[in-house]
Amino acid sequence: MKARVHVTLKNGVLDPQGAAVKHSLGTLGFDGVERVRQGKTIELDLSETDAAKAEAQVKDMCEKLLANTVIEDYSVEIL
Amino acid sequence: MRAAVIQFPGSNCDRDMAVGFDRACGHNSRAQMVWHKESSLPAGLDIIGIPGGFSFGDYLRCGAIAARSPIMRSVVDFANKGGYVVGICNGFQVLTESGLLPGVLMRNSNLKFLCKDIDLKVETSNSAFTNAHRSGDIVTYPIAHHDGNYTADTDTLKALHGNDRIAYTYVNNPNGSVDDIAGILSENRRVLGMMPHPERLNDPALGGNDGAKLFESIASALVSA
Repeated sequence: MKARVHVTLKNGVLDPQGAAVKHSLGTLGFDGVERVRQGKTIELDLSETDAAKAEAQVKDMCEKLLANTVIEDYSVEIL
Repeated sequence: MRAAVIQFPGSNCDRDMAVGFDRACGHNSRAQMVWHKESSLPAGLDIIGIPGGFSFGDYLRCGAIAARSPIMRSVVDFANKGGYVVGICNGFQVLTESGLLPGVLMRNSNLKFLCKDIDLKVETSNSAFTNAHRSGDIVTYPIAHHDGNYTADTDTLKALHGNDRIAYTYVNNPNGSVDDIAGILSENRRVLGMMPHPERLNDPALGGNDGAKLFESIASALVSA
């Protein structure tokens, strides 16, 4: 079973990398980009075959390591 | 003073930190280097140093992997029992990731790696780490980091300000840290995390030894304790 985790900065946390990407897009002529938030994707191959159990495991991983919940939100997709 | 310095793959200020401890106690004892895969600490330690560097290549988040190393469980236990811990630069990041200090160190607001000397204000002399200073003293220490932009939630900031737990602030904020914060203390004042590098300014051959004050403060506090 595969899982995909998206980690993004929480709303309200300043994202200087997102701001730099937005600026650069503007320089390239992509007008109308109002906001850019940068995050990361983590893909996991799991031996677990039960989707609910896999999701619970991955959420635990997010809480313990994959995200820093002081500033980051995460979402888990089971594929 | 019995000191230990934790070494992770990618630590690069570990020896400077050990020299700082050794000199401050007149070479009466030598700091012990402890590899991150150890699960227990040497007995009878007074203080643990978490050094600067790029532990685990800064993968995932700075300090995140190191904070989950086997030795860090023992370091957290040691601190929870009232032990002294100092983390500098990457060490500060490891301490926030391990939960020993609140808040988080984000990418510098200008996105640049900063490597230069900066002025710092010693905000409190009321700690084992800053007692050789007077509150308000200005010191010049090197910084060398990409992720030193300290941030924390409002309640945490209120607690830091209200309980005199901000150890150092930047005179000219280089990295966007909230309230110019460069170093903070734990609630019991026995854990210090700071981004600047006093251990890199601890020998006249390296441009000065102002940084010795951190280690002298620690030695005098721990000897008289």
